[in-house]
Amino acid sequence: MSIFENWSWALDGWIVAAGVLCAVASALLGNFLVLRRMSMLGDAISHAVLPGLAASFFLTESRNSWPMFVGAVLAGVLTAFFTEWIRGAGKVDEGASMGVVFTSLFALGLIMIVRAADHVDLDPGCVLYGAIEMTPLDLVDIRGFLIPRAVVTLSVVTVINLLFVGLFWKELKISSFDSGLATTVGFSSRLIHYLLMILVAVTAVASFESVGNILVVAMLVVPASAAYMLTDRLLPMIFVSVVLAAISAVTGHLSAIIVPSWFGFESTTTAGMMAVSAGGILFLSIVFSPKSGVLIRFVRQRLLAWQILEEDVVAFLYRIEERKLPIGHDFETLRRELLADFVSMKVVLNRLVSRSQLVVDQGEYKLTDEGRLRAESLVRSHRLWEEYLVSHVGIDADRLHQKAERLEHFTDKDLRERLNHETNAPENDPHGRPIPAERDSPKSDQASTS
Amino acid sequence: MIRFRQIALIFMATTWMAGCVSLDASDEVPSTGNSLANQSISWPTWEQVRRVVLLQDYNTRVVVFGTTLLGCAAGIVGSFTLLRRRALMGDALSHATLPGICIAFLLATKMGYDGKSLSVLLLGATVSGILGMLTILWIRKTTQLKDDAALGAVLSVFFGAGVALLGIVQQVSGGHSAGLEAFIYGKTASMNVADAKTITMAAFGSIGLCLVFFKELKLLCFDEKFAGSRGFPVMFLDILLMMTVVVVTIVGLQAVGLVLMIALLVIPAAAARFWSDEMSNMAWISAGLGMVSGMLGAEFSAVFSRLPSGAMIVLICTAFFAISLIFGSKHGLLIRGLRRVRLNRRIDREHLLRAVYEKLESGQGEVGKGVSFNELMKKRSWSERRLRGSIRREQNAGLVSFEDQYVTLKAPGIAEASRLTRQHRLWELYLITHAEIAPSRVDREADMIEHVLDPDMIAELELLLDRAGQDVPASPHELTDSSVKAGVED
Repeated sequence: MSIFENWSWALDGWIVAAGVLCAVASALLGNFLVLRRMSMLGDAISHAVLPGLAASFFLTESRNSWPMFVGAVLAGVLTAFFTEWIRGAGKVDEGASMGVVFTSLFALGLIMIVRAADHVDLDPGCVLYGAIEMTPLDLVDIRGFLIPRAVVTLSVVTVINLLFVGLFWKELKISSFDSGLATTVGFSSRLIHYLLMILVAVTAVASFESVGNILVVAMLVVPASAAYMLTDRLLPMIFVSVVLAAISAVTGHLSAIIVPSWFGFESTTTAGMMAVSAGGILFLSIVFSPKSGVLIRFVRQRLLAWQILEEDVVAFLYRIEERKLPIGHDFETLRRELLADFVSMKVVLNRLVSRSQLVVDQGEYKLTDEGRLRAESLVRSHRLWEEYLVSHVGIDADRLHQKAERLEHFTDKDLRERLNHETNAPENDPHGRPIPAERDSPKSDQASTS
Repeated sequence: MIRFRQIALIFMATTWMAGCVSLDASDEVPSTGNSLANQSISWPTWEQVRRVVLLQDYNTRVVVFGTTLLGCAAGIVGSFTLLRRRALMGDALSHATLPGICIAFLLATKMGYDGKSLSVLLLGATVSGILGMLTILWIRKTTQLKDDAALGAVLSVFFGAGVALLGIVQQVSGGHSAGLEAFIYGKTASMNVADAKTITMAAFGSIGLCLVFFKELKLLCFDEKFAGSRGFPVMFLDILLMMTVVVVTIVGLQAVGLVLMIALLVIPAAAARFWSDEMSNMAWISAGLGMVSGMLGAEFSAVFSRLPSGAMIVLICTAFFAISLIFGSKHGLLIRGLRRVRLNRRIDREHLLRAVYEKLESGQGEVGKGVSFNELMKKRSWSERRLRGSIRREQNAGLVSFEDQYVTLKAPGIAEASRLTRQHRLWELYLITHAEIAPSRVDREADMIEHVLDPDMIAELELLLDRAGQDVPASPHELTDSSVKAGVED
C-alpha cells in the first residue's frame, strides 16, 4: 500500500488529529443545531465573522491572534443575535433572517477589508478553504513536547464543548425539544440558546484559522444528520455523531491522498475530502439505516406487497372454486386478473407451493386443504367486513368491495370474532354469498395474521 | 518522494493563503502603515458622478444594466422561495455549483478544449446545481431530516467536494486556476457584454416562467397539500421553482459572486414582506427593490472606485431591508407599534367609560358632579398617569367632562358607555347560562374579551340570550372595586 509508504506520523498524524478534534468538537454541538433546525447557522457564522476580523485588525493594527479571535467570535454571536431579533421583532422566517444578516455582515467585512488593504488581492474564499495541511508547521512547546498550535486550540475547544454538553445536558435536552416546558421548569431557554450560539461561534472561529471553514460547516451538520437517521434517542445520537465525525475525518485524510492517485493526480485538499467522506457516511446511513433507511423501507414494503399478493391468490382461487367459474388457474391468468408483475407473481406462487398451500398440476395451480383454510379465513374476513360496513357504517354497495378488499389483509381472528359478534353472526354477506365458518387451525391462523 | 508531496502540498496551501484576503499578508504589505490613517475615500469629481449617473460610459452601462436585471429576476424568484420557507436554497445551490465547475474544467481540458470557456463552466455549474437541488428534494422526501439539515448537508458536502477538486484543478493548470475563482466569487466590475446577454436571457426566462405559472407557484407556496389535492403537479412545480433558482443563481454567481447572489435572493423578498400581504404585490415590490439596489450599488462602485460593487449592492439591499423593517406599511415595526398604541388607547377608553358608567349606575357618584377621581382609581388596578391620560383624551373627544377632580359622562359618552356595558354584561350572561361559569368569575373573563367583540357576535349573543333592544341588563354579579368591595347591591 503506497499510502503507508508515504505516511509520516509527524505530518499526517497531526493533520488527522486536528481534523478529528475539529470534527468531534463541531459534531457535539451540531446535534443541537440539527434538532433546533438551525443547521445553516454554521455557514452563516463562517461568512459573518469577516467584519469582526477586519474590525479587530483596524483597532489593533496587528494580526495578533487574540484580538482577531475575540472580534470574530463577537461577530459570530452578533449574527446569532441579529438573526433571532429580526425573526422575533420582524416576524421573518428563520432562514430568511439568517440570510439577511450574514450576507450583510459579509459585505460590510469586504468593504472594510478593501479599504484597509487597497492593493491586496481580495479573495473571500480564504476563510472557507483553510489549510489543515499547514497544521504541523506551526508548533508550540508544551512541557518539552512540540505540539501543533491548532491541535492545542482544538483540544481546548473540544473539552469546553464536552463540558458544556455534560453540564447543561438536561437544560439542552429540554430546551431543544420543548422550549415552553423549559420555561415552566424554571430556566431560561434563551440563555441556553445564546450559550450554544457562543460556543458554535468559538468552535467555528477556532477551527477555520487552522483547519478551514468548510470542515466546520460540514461537521456541524452532516454527522449529526447521519446519527439522526440511525437513532431516536439523544444520548446515542450524540455518541454516534461523534464517532461518525471522527471516522469521516480519518477516512477524509486517507482519501485525500488515495483517491486522486487513481486518476493520476497528486493528493488534494484534506478538509474538502473530510467533508466529502462525511457526506458519504450520511448517504450510507440514509440508505442503510436499520430504523428508517431507504433500503429497509423498500424491503418491508416488498414483503408486505408479496404477502398481500399471496392472500389475493388464494382468495381468488377459492372464489373460482366456490362459484365454479370457467377461468383458468394458470400463471398468466392469475397474473392478468390480479394485476401483478411477473417477478412478484413468480415469487409468490413459489412460496405458496413450498408451504404446500398450492399444488401445481401441468401449469394449473390448485388450492390444497391448507391453502383452502387460509383462503376461507380471508374470505370470511372480507365478507364479515362487507356485512359490517353495510349494517354499521352505511357505505354504498358499489364501494363495499374495495373497502373490504383493503381491510381483509389486516384482520386477525380476534377482530373477525368481534365483527361476527357485532353483525350477529350472519350466514350470508350483503351480496348473498355464504360466509365460510371459522375453522380452527393454528397454522392457517398464523398465516393469515402475520 | 514523501517529502516532495508534502512540501508541494504545503507550498500550494501557502500560496493559496497568500492569495487570500489576506490579513495574513498584511505584515509584508507596505500599505499596513496607512490602514487607519489613510482611510479616506477619494471623492470623485462632479464630472465623474455625472458620467456614471447618466450612464455615459459603455462599461458602466453594461454593468448597471446587468445588475439591475439580475436584481429584478432574483427579487421575483426570491419572493417565492421565501414564502416556501426555503430562503437559503440559493445559498446551498450556489455552493453546490463548485464541483460541477471543477469537473467541467477538468474534462474540457482533458479533451483538449479551453477549460475556462464560459459555456463549459456554466454547463458544469448547472448540472451540479441541479444535482444538489435533486439531492435536497430527495433527502426531504425520503428521510425524516428537516429542510435546514438537508440544505446544510448538501451545501457543505458539495462545497467540500468542490474544494477537493480545486486542489486537483490547480495541479492541472499549474496554479492558473484564478479564472475559476473569479467565476465563483464574481467579477462585477469587469462584466462584459456577453455576460450581460446571458443575464438578460436568464432573467427574462425566469421572470417569464414565474409569471406564466404565477397562480400555481402561489398555491404551492401557501398550501402544498391543497395544491396536490386540486390536481396540481406539486413535484413538477417544486422542481420548476428550484430550476429558476438554479438558473438565476448561476448567471448571478459568475457575474456578481456567491454571497451577493444569496443576498439578492433573500433580502429584497424579506424586505417586501413588510409592505404587503398580497403575493403579487410582494413579488413586484421585491423585484423593484432588487432592481434599485442592483442599479444603485453598481453606480456607487463606479463612482467610488475603491468600493467593491458586489458588497455595495448587498449593503444597499440591507439599507432597504432596514427601512422596510421600520417603516413597512403592513408589518413594519412602526406601524405595528402604532397599532398597539391605538389598541391600548381604545382599551383604556372602554375601561374608563364602563368604570364611570358602573360607578354612576350603582349610585356612588355625587349628584351633579359625577364620580371622583379617587373613586375611579379604586375601580381597577390602573396607574394614575394612565387614567389621567385616558380622561384627558376622552375629554378632548367630548365623551366625558372632568372638573374639579370629578368625572362625568356627556351625552355621546353615555350612549357609548351603555353600549360597552351592555356588551360586557351580555357576554357575562352568556358565560353564566351557556358555559356554566360561576357568576363571581365571569367579570374577569368578560373583561378580557369585551374589546374584541364585533357587532355580529353581539347580534348572535342577543339572539341566544333573547335580549333584543338597547336596554343594559343588570350586572349578574356584585359590582366590586379591584381592591375594596363596594358593598352596593345592584
